[in-house]
Amino acid sequence: MRWSSKLQFSVPSSRFSARRFPLRTENWELRTKILAILLASVTLLSAAPSSLPSGDEKQISVYSSVAIYKLPVLERAGRDYVGLLDLLEPLGRVSTESNGRWLKLRYNAIDAEFVAGKTRAKIHGHDFDFVAPFLIENSRGLIPLGSLSALLQRFLGTPVNFRESARRLFIGDVGIQPSFRLDAGTPPRLLLSFSAPVNPTISTEPGKLRMTFKRDPVVSPGSQSISFDNKIITHASYSENNGDAELDVTANEPLMATFSSDRRTIVISTVTVPAAEPAPATPNGAGTGPPKPVQSPAVAANVHRILAAVDPAHGGDERGAALTDTLAEKDVTLGFARLLRHELEIRGFAVALLRDADTSLTLDQRAAAANVARAGIYISLHAVSQGTGARVYTALLPVEGPNNGIFHAWNAAQAPALPVSRIVSAAIATEMQKKEFAVQVSSASLRPLNNVSMPAVAVELAPGENGIADLTNANYQQRAASAIADAVVAVRDRLGVQP
Amino acid sequence: MIPRHLLIAVAVLLVLVVAMGLYLRHMRLQARELESAAVDASPVAPPATGPTETVTLYVADDTAGLLRPRATQIPLPGGRQQRAEELLRALLRIYQQPGATHPLVPAADIRAIYLVDPGAAVIDLNAAFADQHRSGIQSEQLTVNSLVQTLAVNVPGIQRVNILVEGKTRDTLAGHTDLSDSFDVITIEQAGSQ
Repeated sequence: MRWSSKLQFSVPSSRFSARRFPLRTENWELRTKILAILLASVTLLSAAPSSLPSGDEKQISVYSSVAIYKLPVLERAGRDYVGLLDLLEPLGRVSTESNGRWLKLRYNAIDAEFVAGKTRAKIHGHDFDFVAPFLIENSRGLIPLGSLSALLQRFLGTPVNFRESARRLFIGDVGIQPSFRLDAGTPPRLLLSFSAPVNPTISTEPGKLRMTFKRDPVVSPGSQSISFDNKIITHASYSENNGDAELDVTANEPLMATFSSDRRTIVISTVTVPAAEPAPATPNGAGTGPPKPVQSPAVAANVHRILAAVDPAHGGDERGAALTDTLAEKDVTLGFARLLRHELEIRGFAVALLRDADTSLTLDQRAAAANVARAGIYISLHAVSQGTGARVYTALLPVEGPNNGIFHAWNAAQAPALPVSRIVSAAIATEMQKKEFAVQVSSASLRPLNNVSMPAVAVELAPGENGIADLTNANYQQRAASAIADAVVAVRDRLGVQP
Repeated sequence: MIPRHLLIAVAVLLVLVVAMGLYLRHMRLQARELESAAVDASPVAPPATGPTETVTLYVADDTAGLLRPRATQIPLPGGRQQRAEELLRALLRIYQQPGATHPLVPAADIRAIYLVDPGAAVIDLNAAFADQHRSGIQSEQLTVNSLVQTLAVNVPGIQRVNILVEGKTRDTLAGHTDLSDSFDVITIEQAGSQ
């Protein structure tokens, strides 16, 4: 074999030579180069769409009284399309029949026929013209975005408002218009009122707080930009983009948002930073003796004794997670809870251990015990063999229904106290990190967190550097308990206060 | 002196005995293999057919404690309910691969998904999914979040999801995450973005 200086492929010179087949070699060389160029082009073109970040994917939001949903916008032949069945199925009963060339559809009592590649369809016996050809892919039809509004009006018989540039479609009168009211007190507060509950995502950056409404049919408050006669909260602006609505509030100080219990009012206010407390003496590792209390006993006696309900998870027949072949979660949580009780008591708290033996308690019994005792805080303790450090959880609650006055649904009893629960959770994370625990903070559908009416958190202790053995190590558990107790002390002023 | 023909006959018989013994051993080995194949608890759902579509699966990562969106191409049938089932089975297949960031047992499967208008979906898991799921708050919550968010993003109109096991309600998935109430899609999405 020899390598040709011109070709990039080897030529077996013992059997072939350029002299014997000169023309074929030259043709092959040219064809090879063309093929290589074509392959490179195809590779680049096919890679280009996948390099787009997912955040740039086009989508349309559909708002109706029966469903609110988002649809991907697909590009075909330079035009935007959406799936016909994806559009109609959330709105009513749909049945279809298709052979790939045509599609027959029944939506409620309306029959329609569509032909792939044609701009004319028949809906309820009448012709309907699309702005671009109807397409069929995988037995599902695609309709051009420009015909969305007119098509839906034919099927639904209700007014449809499609804001094509923002890709937001409103079926009927479902829009929620916010109203603004500035309370120019000290500090100033901006009250946003909505005609229906909203669930925006809140993000902040220096000088601005942004509320992004991904699923709420929020519409413009009348003006795209509103200025306030205030030195701190200066103005608010509204915009729509890619199926979402955004409200930005601009200020000269950091802002925070709080929600009313019915989620119809959002209060934007400046962030108040509490005065720094002197850092307590931190233990320098395991086995150095009991930690010193944060406050002297004389000071603690003068402080109102808040009751902490400490709940070692599982117990009795309910072993919890099998941490090892012989070690059950229920055993670790009980020992951990007893240490936490000690740490809280020396810091001036009254503590009720919901179980002080290997006994069975239902989740409802645990919640009832904490609620009846009117505890100022509820702490549930768990243990797990996977991961490291600790995880701190608050309740994951659904959006609460209509306001029933002073009563809350049992599964949403935690709702009024959830903001304080999150503060407690953050404080625990901070204190545990000071004691060199790796901490994750999250929310979980974990009973009885959502059934208790006081600030409530769950702490799941995971192994440390020494593996599973740490879970039964008194020093490891005591470090964690001490951190939790320090955190509860730090938020003491917020406990026992009814929202 | 033993006659020659008798010797030959005995030799042939001996060879036959040995050959039959070897054949019997072979048959027994085959029978054992068939038995072990019969108790293989892997789900045998028929593979989906049809053109592939790009979907976004929300894949859990136990180490990071969060979901990561992953665009992937899978074959999807035409019906809405069948598409939902195939979506979640594609998600399970990721979790059942060796080295998965959120391992599930091979026997875990989706029995069915029911789309109840308006806006509700019911996911029916098989017993192995729940009985053999790792017990822990994070692990169980990530599984639930992954199923709910994958379904909600790819099947328009889903607002809440209920999870059953073998067609029945169950208090928790594996001792922690509460399954007694429905999961609100917005709440799960916001929790995932924390």
